[in-house]
Order: sequence, then structure tokens, then C-alpha cells
Amino acid sequence: MIEPNRQGEVWVFAEQEDGTLNDVALELCGKARDLADRLKVRMAAVLPGAGVGDLAGRLIAQGADLVYLVDHPLLAHFQTRPYARVLCALIEKYKPQIVMYGATPLGRDLAPRVASEMRAGMTADCTDLDIADVTDPRTKEVHKNLLLQIRPAFGGNIIATIVNYDRWPQMATVREGVMAMRPADPARRGEVVRESVALDESLLAVRLLERHLEPRKVNLKGARVIVAGGGGVGSRENFRLIHELAGAIGGAVGASRAAVDSGYIGKEHQIGQTGTTVRPALYIAAGISGAVQHRAGMEESAKIIAINKDPNAPIFSVAHYGIVGDLNQVIPMMIKALKERRAE
Amino acid sequence: MPYHSIVCVKQVPDTANITTEAMKEDGTVNRAALPAIFNPEDLNALETALEVRDQFGGTVTAVSMGPPKAADVLRDCLYRGADRAILVTDRRAAASDTLATSYILSQAIRTIGRFDFVFCGRQAIDGDTAQVGPQTAEKLGLPQVTYLEELVGLDGDLVRVRRNVGNGWELIEARLPVLITVLGTANKPRPPAARRVMRFKRARTEAEVAAMVQEAMPSASPAERDAEVRRRTEQLKQAGLLIEQWNLDDIHADLDRCGLAGSPTKVFRVQSIVLTKQGYTDIPPTEDGVRRLIHELVVDHTLG
Repeated sequence: MIEPNRQGEVWVFAEQEDGTLNDVALELCGKARDLADRLKVRMAAVLPGAGVGDLAGRLIAQGADLVYLVDHPLLAHFQTRPYARVLCALIEKYKPQIVMYGATPLGRDLAPRVASEMRAGMTADCTDLDIADVTDPRTKEVHKNLLLQIRPAFGGNIIATIVNYDRWPQMATVREGVMAMRPADPARRGEVVRESVALDESLLAVRLLERHLEPRKVNLKGARVIVAGGGGVGSRENFRLIHELAGAIGGAVGASRAAVDSGYIGKEHQIGQTGTTVRPALYIAAGISGAVQHRAGMEESAKIIAINKDPNAPIFSVAHYGIVGDLNQVIPMMIKALKERRAE
Repeated sequence: MPYHSIVCVKQVPDTANITTEAMKEDGTVNRAALPAIFNPEDLNALETALEVRDQFGGTVTAVSMGPPKAADVLRDCLYRGADRAILVTDRRAAASDTLATSYILSQAIRTIGRFDFVFCGRQAIDGDTAQVGPQTAEKLGLPQVTYLEELVGLDGDLVRVRRNVGNGWELIEARLPVLITVLGTANKPRPPAARRVMRFKRARTEAEVAAMVQEAMPSASPAERDAEVRRRTEQLKQAGLLIEQWNLDDIHADLDRCGLAGSPTKVFRVQSIVLTKQGYTDIPPTEDGVRRLIHELVVDHTLG
């Protein structure tokens, strides 16, 4: 735990794997930049790894004033203990006020370990962050400029806002895809600070024997348009309608959990609380009833079209355009209308 | 070689199956009306521990922190094969966040003493934080292995685990003792065994015994009731039917690290998701309607 430090920087843990930065780290740089500007402090990225110095420039282009680079052979592959040691050592040295991590499998393994060692607060899987003054209802003390850590809880049925008055740093993991990635600014200037942290083999309690990573074949997060089908599509064969509309409109194919569980399509297409969170320019939900778990993963989309036979389906509560009708008729009409436009 | 496992389990409200009965008139969820269930991934953690014991020998101890009612999930652990069940319950532990909860669990685990494995479900469905496992490991000074999908092998004090890392898997080897968090896809938890249900359905915690005595002897003096509680508790213990009940003193917990005082995170605001229909533009399911919709999306640059 560190004392509240109003001049403390806003930090992003720069998650990388095999020398490639995870998108969520770049997304977080944009948000951290905003928060740092509002707090009038510097924003820094913490970059542990082996031979990853080249990535510092990208983090600066995304908004970092500083990059703390910790280059060490024991950091080549992620392991909880050496990475946690790096974070804790730097937090103790620089006393940042906020530390953000991507809510990836790696981030959610690392961040709670750091929080436990620091005896600091930690909020998991936030979907938004903000700054505000908060009054402690017990003591009536006003805490200036706290980090509001906003997240769904209780199976997505409530949105909780969590704060941390005085046992800093204020730390959170943030869900992938919810913060918009800013365009990189290659002209931005920043400073790379090389840090060395004492690490030894005793921290490597776990030995990696084999690793098999698949590149994400389905790029839902990067898609401008997503056409998603649900249980209402009815069969694997009929799911080709969803593929056809996605092809006609130039979008990616998504699915609700019901469609995935029914075997209509693979899990890598799943959108929602247990799948991918997306915020495309256009989201078309066909035959998706819209359980909270699904809505949590797509309601930030700029435009939502819902197609459903049931006028009371909850998906309509987040839709901008609603078509109450049979998707088997509506989708061919949409494909036809799109083809007509292209012909014009 | 036998292995001793401790499994952390939690009773949670069933947030996944919210029925209309659990909805309030204003469209928000009435949490009190939700059934309390065994946190799903904790069942997978228990199953993993039971499989290790079945194959190599040893013991499985289930521990839960929660209100007295959480004894239900510990009985369930006994039904499914656990050798010992411990409930950590104390009003002073209320409102613990993940940091305080992991401290209390780590103290309970230290009090149990000897173990090779601590198994936890990856996360609980009421908070979905997945923090308590890693934080408990840190406090015990143990290595952590998160997201177990398969316990591939066990030889002496080395365990091999296939863990799911989201976009693939890793095969890792760790030295015992270790804390492992288990995914729902790891296995199919065995159902309660009928023979064990018959045997353990009478298993009780001391608090449950006290409630039964209160009901059975409403007009007795407190001293008489205390004596009866002691008598029945001893009887259960002799029969191997006592679910041990520990408070924060029993686990030598530092009270500053428990409950509200030990929790750095505070809930500032809670907003219920209200299922009301907001306005949307109604598009008729006709060729003309759909054509106008596409046109509108082109005009406002949603479609290129």
C-alpha cells in the first residue's frame, strides 16, 4: 500500500506477448491519457519483457509521456511472480495514483497478485473509468478526484461503481474492446526510462513446457460492422443467412451464447459477457433475444439494429432500429437492398 | 504418494438463471429472491481434488467463508466425497472485499496446516472478479496456476497442468505446494452419491445445532440450551457429522485486515439494470422499410 499521492502518475501495464503489444494496452493508453490530463499529471506505460524496447515508441505515440522499460531475460515469457515483482518495485518507487491493466487472462492473473502484495484495492473487469470527488458516507470526508471504477456485477444485472479512498494505488483491470483505441500520433515525444529490478530464478516456480497459441481468426474487435445471430436462427444450416448478410455488408459474423451452445457456430464468434466485447459502428442482432449477458458485450455499439419476431425481446431495449419480423424474410430483403445500392 | 488438497468453495446467488419471480416491479433484480447455489466453478475445483485423491490417495478438505447458511454447500461437498468440511463464519468478516476475503481464507488454510494443493474455482458468478485465488496464493507465498483445464500429470512434488490462456493453451510444470484455479470446462463434477447423502444429510455446524436447540427447547434457560448444544455437537463430532465452524479468532486473523476495515475498495454507487423499453425507430418488415433503413445508414455514414 502507498499513501495517496496527488502528483502520482497514471499508469498502464503494457501487456505484450512475444514482442507484440496487446491491443488492450493501446486502448488503455488513450483512456489513461484523458485521466492524466484531467488530473494534470503525467501518464506512463510500464513495459516489462525481454528485448521489447522497440515497443516504447508505439506506447508514446498512443499517449504515454513516459515508458518504464524493464528488460530482463527472466521476463521473456509471462510468469506471475517476476512480473508482479516488477510492478510492485516500480509502484513503491514512483507511487503512481492509478494503475490500469487489460482484463485479459494474463492481466487478471497478474493484477490481483500485485494488489495483494501491495495490500491495495483492485477492481476487476471494468467497463468504464472516470474521475470524481467522493464523500465517504461514514465519515463525511470528501475525497478529491478519485478514480471511479465502473463494472457490471451480479451476472450483469447491476452496474457497480467502486472507489478506493486511501489505500493506493487505485487499480483496475479493464475489459478488452470497451475503450476506443485512439489514432497513433508518431510525432508525439516521450521519454523512455530504463529500470532494473532484481529478479532471480527462485521467482520462477512454474516451468513452461509447451505453448500453443492460435492467432485470433475472427477479428470481432476490429470490425466496423458485425452481423450476429442467436438461437432464433434455428439451425446451423440457416446460420448461412447471417454469413451472407455479413458478406453483403462487409462485416464480421458474431453470435449469442445460445447460438454457440446450440452448435450453430464456433465459440470464437461469441459476443457478450463470456465472449468478446465489441463496439462497432453498426451491430445487427438477428434472432437474438438479448439476455443481459449478451447486451453487456454489444450495447456500446454506435448503431444497433434488432431483428426479432418477439416484440417484447429485451434486445429492443438497446436497439436504435427495431424490425419486428421473421429474420428469414427480413435478411434476404436487406441483402437485396444492399445489392441494389451497390448497383447504383 | 498421497496428496492433501484444500478446496475453497462459495455459496452464491444464482445470477445466471434469473426468473420473473426474482424481478421487482421496477424491472430490477430482487437479490433476496434468488436461490443460493454452489458456485459452479468451485464444483470443478472440488472434482479436480477428488480425482487426485481417488487416484493417489490423500484427503480433500472443503473450506467456505460465508454466513451460517453457507453450510449447505459444505454438506454438498461431503455428499460428493470431501473428507472434511470447515465453515469460516463471523459477523466481523461481513463486507469483505477480495483482499480481505483472501486474507481470511489464507488464515483458515494456515490453520488447517498441511496441504499439497489449494484448489479454487476461477471465479464466482456473483462478482466475476477471479481475484480471490491469486490473492490467496500471494498471502500464502505459493505459486499460482490459473485457468486449469486439465491436470495432466502428477509425479512426486511436480504437477503438470494444461491451462487455457484465452487464445490457446500452455502446458506448465509447478512444484508443490501450489494454488490452482479451475475452469468450468476442466471436468464434469460428479453428482452427490446417494450413500453419502444418506450419511451426511444430518451433518451440521454448531450454529445450526444451536438453531435446532432453540426451536426444540423454547422455554429452557440459556444455560440448559448451551449444555444441550454442547451435548449434540459432541455427538455429531463422534459420528463424524460435525461441519467445523471457525470464527476469526480461531484462525488468528488480524481484525484490521478483515471485513470493512480490511477492504480498500468501497462500493460508491450501484445502479440496477432496468429492463424497460426505450425508444427505437420501428422499421416495418417490408422491402420498402428495409430499403429506407439501408438508405438512412448510408446517409449518416454508418455504411460506406
